[in-house]
Amino acid sequence: MAADGPSKLGFGRKLMTGKAVAPARRDVAHEGFLTHRRGRWARIAAELSVAAIAVYVMTDPTPRHNGGTSLGYTLGTLGTAMIVWLSLLGVRKRVIGSKPFSLKGWTSAHVWLGLSLIVIGTLHSGFQFGWNVHTLAWALMMVVILSGLWGVTLYATLPEKLSANRGEVTQQQMLEAIRTLDRQLDTAAQPLAAEEAALVRLSLERCRIAGSLRQRLSGNYANDGNALALAAVSERVSAGLRAGRPDERLQQIQFLLERKEAALAQARRHIRMKAQLELWLYIHVPATIALLVALLAHVLSVFLYW
Amino acid sequence: MKRGEQRFVRGNSASVTTYRIAIVGSGPAGLSAAAHAARLGLSHVLLEKTDHLSDTITKYQKGKHVMATPSQLVLRSPLDFDAGKREAVLGTWNEQTASAGVNVKYMAEVTSIAGTGDPIPGSVMRIISRKRDGTSDTREIQRRAPPYRLTLANGEAIMADTVILAIGTQGNPNLMTCPGGDLPHVQHQLDDPTAYSDEHIFVIGGGDAGIENALGLCADPAQNNMVTLVNRSADFANAKDANVKALMAARDAGRISLMTETTTRAIEPGFITLDTRDGEVRARCDRVIARMGSAPPRGFVEGCGVEFASDDRLAFPKLSATFESTAPGIFVVGALAGYPLIKHCMNQGHDVVEFINGNLDLKPADEPILEAKFAGLPEDPGSRRSVADWLEHLRASVSILNGMSALQMREFMLDSTVRLYRAGEVIFERNAPGSSLFGIAEGEVLVEVNPNDRSITVPIPAGSIFGEVGLISGRRRGATIRAGEDSIVVEISRTAALKLMSQVPAAAREITRITTERSLLQIFKSGLAPADLVDVIANAKVETVRAGQAIIREGEQGDDIFIIRSGSMVVEKSIGGKAVFLNYVPAGSYVGEMGVITGAARNATVRAAVKSDVIRLAGEPFRALLAAKPQLLDKLRDEMASRTRLNAFIESKKDSFSGVVDMYTGVANFLVEQGVGEATDVLLIDEKLCVGCDNCEKACADTHDGLSRLDREAGRTYAHLHVPTSCRHCEHPHCMADCPPNAIHRGPTGEVYIDETCIGCGNCQRNCPYGVIRMDKVPPKKPWLLSWLLFGRGPGPGEPSPKWAKKHDPAYAEKAKKAIKCDMCSGQEGGPACVRACPTGAAIRVSPEQFLSVALMDREER
Repeated sequence: MAADGPSKLGFGRKLMTGKAVAPARRDVAHEGFLTHRRGRWARIAAELSVAAIAVYVMTDPTPRHNGGTSLGYTLGTLGTAMIVWLSLLGVRKRVIGSKPFSLKGWTSAHVWLGLSLIVIGTLHSGFQFGWNVHTLAWALMMVVILSGLWGVTLYATLPEKLSANRGEVTQQQMLEAIRTLDRQLDTAAQPLAAEEAALVRLSLERCRIAGSLRQRLSGNYANDGNALALAAVSERVSAGLRAGRPDERLQQIQFLLERKEAALAQARRHIRMKAQLELWLYIHVPATIALLVALLAHVLSVFLYW
Repeated sequence: MKRGEQRFVRGNSASVTTYRIAIVGSGPAGLSAAAHAARLGLSHVLLEKTDHLSDTITKYQKGKHVMATPSQLVLRSPLDFDAGKREAVLGTWNEQTASAGVNVKYMAEVTSIAGTGDPIPGSVMRIISRKRDGTSDTREIQRRAPPYRLTLANGEAIMADTVILAIGTQGNPNLMTCPGGDLPHVQHQLDDPTAYSDEHIFVIGGGDAGIENALGLCADPAQNNMVTLVNRSADFANAKDANVKALMAARDAGRISLMTETTTRAIEPGFITLDTRDGEVRARCDRVIARMGSAPPRGFVEGCGVEFASDDRLAFPKLSATFESTAPGIFVVGALAGYPLIKHCMNQGHDVVEFINGNLDLKPADEPILEAKFAGLPEDPGSRRSVADWLEHLRASVSILNGMSALQMREFMLDSTVRLYRAGEVIFERNAPGSSLFGIAEGEVLVEVNPNDRSITVPIPAGSIFGEVGLISGRRRGATIRAGEDSIVVEISRTAALKLMSQVPAAAREITRITTERSLLQIFKSGLAPADLVDVIANAKVETVRAGQAIIREGEQGDDIFIIRSGSMVVEKSIGGKAVFLNYVPAGSYVGEMGVITGAARNATVRAAVKSDVIRLAGEPFRALLAAKPQLLDKLRDEMASRTRLNAFIESKKDSFSGVVDMYTGVANFLVEQGVGEATDVLLIDEKLCVGCDNCEKACADTHDGLSRLDREAGRTYAHLHVPTSCRHCEHPHCMADCPPNAIHRGPTGEVYIDETCIGCGNCQRNCPYGVIRMDKVPPKKPWLLSWLLFGRGPGPGEPSPKWAKKHDPAYAEKAKKAIKCDMCSGQEGGPACVRACPTGAAIRVSPEQFLSVALMDREER
């Protein structure tokens, strides 16, 4: 019985004196990850890149710049260390522990140092590209960095839109709202004739909230069950109005279908943006793993077979 | 009744038996008392109004885990009690009550208890009943000596020499009074909402109980119930916000019908007739569940001649050290006596029978706990003080405790600690959080009034108190206090202090006077002595201000100064016809000084952000004080100049960026509406940065037994600033208000946390206006992270699903749910995990003073 166990927190906590009353150190600054600590990592990355370029331009090794010169070795070692360290962000974000660290700081360093790798990796190569494992490693690095850049762009632009679209509604509530409309549609369709009820069934049974992959990517849901049902019902309603015989039951159905269409649109925008915020990772992360393997092959081949 | 008649009644044992003890109520206390009386062979009767024992525990939901706290307390009852399922606990009691030979009388509701002996000279009970319109009636009852006549609802009478009242605090549910209200299909409780199907059910009453019952009945569409909730008023003001929202959602989903502004006219088998706003409605009805609250038992108890400690709603009866009330021979035990925990109740049941049986030397079961509290205190060699001596010593030496009884002192001490501080030892430091009150029993303490120079101190003598600002305002300590000489100091927890203030009105008055004086001294420092303040304090008034109510209105004349004692205020100024937010004023500050100095009309409006207490100081004596103390005037002038600068700054911004100022006001008002005004530390999410990765929730779960204490997505948003469902660590936490084991505390770094003595009753969850407390059980430990990362074992980071937990822990389904909430990651070096784990910097934790400042405007200008 847990309640009878020894006191973990104890009464020691009641004493309110001594240094223990100072709250744990924490980062209260309201800065995004790009400007973390007034852009500390951006500055470091820029300095690193400028320094690498300066040394590269000022030295003139024979026969030419490549990975085998002392600068090349330095940049290669630095680059490898950075790549390995930057890839550990994925582990870091999952191990919380109780020690002080700021994941925001890690992300900031990840982004800015990652960008500086363009300079460091390329200078390391001495612009010697070819169809080999060495260039493969460079190419994979560039894929990782560019996909990361794509991710940063999304992180900088999408959250605001995501928040605006969501309002104060949670994803759960969006889906619940659609289910509620479905129930209301089901009730409202009871007195309808079979043919009209079939239209409502189109919305109830052939409507997929997220839709197929193609629909999700294109954002075009024109042939989804609810859209079809709404179009057909709207046509009948306006035909009824033209004929001077408005059908109140159908108008109610039309109203519900319109509300459902709006609810679907909101949920789809939400899902689409959430997917976009994750989609780039499906390139970034596998490419990183491939890069680490290629890097290993590159280092091994250089030292064993050169 | 004349003497002769009475002798006749007593002598005629054939018609009326006089028991030695009548026990009213068969809860843990009453049952334990009855079993002990049976064991001692005393003639007794146990009166229970229902047809089963322990009605309150019987009404717990099915399978509820009953906890046995406090664990350090030994159980003295003849009945066994161990933590376990409701059914098991009740089973044991039923069995042991039967085998002990307890004389139980079921369906025996006592309607009155009156002495039949001689009138007791000078013993008159005054009963004051207050009506809704503010008037009150006073009734006087002459107390009479035992034996007592207990009249039952069916007219039967029982005679007893002594009465043990163990009726708890639940009271009786308010019954349906309309015709047909007593029909068998009208019930006043709902044990198992899944027990009914295919019925037309009317739930009467729009409080939490009614809403929860109604939602339970319609939760599963397969039950096919037609549920209608009937509420007397148009809105659901008495119910929790979350319940009302769930109810509205259920209505919108067509699962439930609501009838507001409706009362019941009549009930007949199969039908109900209702009075609605639009006239009478008759509807099919198979079952009526009336949840219209309950009448507290105070009226009945007072009618027996038992006096309460005060008029306070929370007051308990006045009792002697043997639980005897002001009516001789009537004893009060259990929750009604102020002890809500089962174990306490059972021990009291045992003890009170021992007392009645003449064993007055019996030491209460909590004696060892109190002994431990007094152990280690210095004593004169040769004269060891007993627990009773210590209690008496404290009571006599600390002025605010003077009015307490021996029993109150005992209970009071259980929630308090007493300690020796050596000369120079620090008792608490400036800016440390803390809401406890300290009383000086021996010695003297020194207040370090100047944080920069520790040598400047003001002494507080023995008998007085300190720490009252923290108690009243919930803010951090204003000054460091250290012992001036070796001192014995009692630390009174906030709960005990509040109880003390409600039980002993003199203590409440004294605390208020000292608070006013000290807050003036602390705020205006500048060489003031208490003697200077006499006139000002004599005119001071403590006023309670509703949230949103203004204490100062722009443009009005007035020279009163207000000190904010608890709560907080916002200052607004009308610029270009719009109210613009100027400032946030926390408790412990003052407003309105400009009126005294300049005599001009008020230049801004000050209104309460949350329900607040203010001290109103009249301008006249204050002006006299300023004339006598020019330093004070200078200090106020400085303060005023900085406020004027802020006003000017905002007004200048208004011309150049009117949109920015509007936004700033909008955001500030939004945050105040979200309860940030009573928060000490609140989690905010900047939705311009939040990518919705939920890493904050995962981090929370991973650092707290696998359960997340925050819901990122839920909560309100304004201008991309989101207040998620997460604890705000309120100044006066609503959750602490009613915690039976007193398991909720404020920790050393300001966090409000629940300790492991939680009994899972859910009171805190119901009391929290922000819905941030959840009841859940701890899932089993997850496999190591790397084995998930590499081999996909386990559920991964974050909170595991209950399904996974059930699969991997056979005991999971049986585990007890406990209340869990944010503890601000206290004890973790890195601070709050949610903030540490946010990859984009969207999550920040701030205190309102920090955030509701002009800095907010920079955010909008970015």
